[in-house]
Order: sequence, then C-alpha cells, then structure tokens
Amino acid sequence: MADSHAASALAHQFEDLEQQHEAASLGMWIFLATEVMFFGGLFAGYTIYRNLYLPGFEAGSHMLNVTIGALNTAVLICSSLTMALAVRAAQMGKRHALVAFLILTIALGLAFILIKLTLEWRHDYLEGFAPGVNFTFVGLNAKSIQLFFCFYFLMTGVHALHMVVGVGVLCVLLVQAWKGHFGPERYNAVETAGLYWHFVDIVWIFLFPLLYLIGGRY
Amino acid sequence: MPGHVVPKRIYFFIFGSLLALTALTTGMAYVNLGQWNTIVALVIACCKATLVVLFFMHLRWSPRLMRVVLLSALLWLAILISLTTTDFFSRDWTPIPEGWESSLLRPPTASGNLLYRR
Repeated sequence: MADSHAASALAHQFEDLEQQHEAASLGMWIFLATEVMFFGGLFAGYTIYRNLYLPGFEAGSHMLNVTIGALNTAVLICSSLTMALAVRAAQMGKRHALVAFLILTIALGLAFILIKLTLEWRHDYLEGFAPGVNFTFVGLNAKSIQLFFCFYFLMTGVHALHMVVGVGVLCVLLVQAWKGHFGPERYNAVETAGLYWHFVDIVWIFLFPLLYLIGGRY
Repeated sequence: MPGHVVPKRIYFFIFGSLLALTALTTGMAYVNLGQWNTIVALVIACCKATLVVLFFMHLRWSPRLMRVVLLSALLWLAILISLTTTDFFSRDWTPIPEGWESSLLRPPTASGNLLYRR
C-alpha cells in the first residue's frame, strides 16, 4: 500500500512497513533479553540461598498468602489477555476497542499493584516481616527467614516497579490511541509495549511458584 | 498490513489454559511429592511462559531472528544459573586441604546442604 497514510507511517530508513515492524519488535526482544539477565541474577541468588538456608526459606514461604498470590497471578493473566486483544484491535484499526482494552489493561495492572501493596506488603510490614524496616520475628530460623523476606521484597518490588513503568507506557499509548495515532500500518508502539507487558507477566509466572508454592505447603 | 492478526479464539484458549495451569500449580503445592514439588512447579511455570511467548508475544509467527534473540537470552541465563550453582553445590565434593578450612564452614549436614554458622 503506497497511499499517503502508509507513506507517513513508514520512516525513511526502512524499505517497507514489514521491515519497520520487524525492527521495532527486534529492538524490544533484545531489551527483554537484557531483562532476562537482570531478573536472572535475582533468580540465581534465590536458588543458591534457598538451598543454603532451606528450612528458613520454607518457613518464610509459609508466611505468604497463597490465595492472594494466585489471585494476583490470575489478575496478571487477565491483563495479558486484554493487552493481546489491544494489539489485535490496533492491528485491525479498531480505535474504540483499542482504547477500551488499553483502559482494561491499565486497570488490571493497577489492581495487581494495589493488591500487592495493601493486602501483602502492608500486612507483612505490620506483622514484622520487613527486613531493615520492621523485622520483629524471633524464633527458629529467624535469620534465614529474614533473608527470605529480603529476596521476597526485592524480587516482588522490582517486578512491581516494572508494572508501574508498564502502566506509565500504556497511559501514554492510551492518549495517543484516543487521538487516533494508531492503525493497521502504525501500531508498532502498541505491539512493543505488549511484548514488554507480557514479559513482566512471565516474570510473575516464575515468582509465584518460587516464592509462594514450593515451601512444602502440604 | 504488517504482522499476523491472530484469531480471537486462540487468545481466549491460551488465556483459559493459563488460568487452568495456575489452578493446577496452586493445587499441586498442597500434594506432598517430596523434591518433585519444586520440579512440577517449575515445569508448569515453563509451560505457562512458553504459551505466553509463543501466542501472546507472537513468537510463533515471528521471523527467526526474534527466536535467536530469545534463545540466546535463555542460553546466557542457563550459563548464569548453572555455573553459579555447580560452584556452590560441588564445594563439599572434595575434602578441604589441611589448614585451608574456613572458620565459617561446618561439615556438610546429612541433608547435603552446606550450612553456615550464624
């Protein structure tokens, strides 16, 4: 298609829209590869220390609420679906559907952060499980439990920070979508934001079992 | 129009599978499988991640270049985790030479884990 809209959507350094689309996705995939290494360091550290201080890590895991963790996993999976549908709406040039799905994704992302903040972190803090701020737990394996909660707050905190960044990006996209910036020839920003959003979902898919589930709940 | 438009029902099917796998992994946590609990949880997590990557992130319909980037990321992650863990968990395989013992180290416990003195 060589109409005026397609011509304006195509940056001059690219041969065609297909190449431009691939370049945008490739850039985001390479960024996500660096993110894999970023979270990988935390996961490697968690693996080592969990094996060194297994009883404390299992006891710490027991202090977490599986129901809220599973609920938050479901919230994130819902947000991934709405994000995928938002990309699809952008591809098909459905402006109203795109706006609606972006709003839904932002709302689900905020719901995740709110649940984490009010039902989990605040609770852990008040119960005395916040290392460095308010850690009052005394008893068997208290120091290893403190180490577990260091990992817990760091990993879920960094993940939540990624969610906040994602919500910010989606808010910018929402304004642009409302103004009609996107269409079948011009939706790379939505697609790459979607890749980032799904990646953050995948990080949680691994955090949930590692932090909440494998502590011997039976 | 660049890119592949995925039918809606595929997204909903993947969404349903992800929710079902979440319920499965949560349920399995309450079944005593010994050491297999960790393996089952990680295998289910890998399945969920694969579904997200292939369908939600469109890797199934993406050029090979994107797959190379993802595989290289996973390769480096594997190097990071495997080399670090092999170092830590093979330390008690060989005896520590006379006079080289760390004051922090206790002999390995029956469970095989290295436990450091607090």
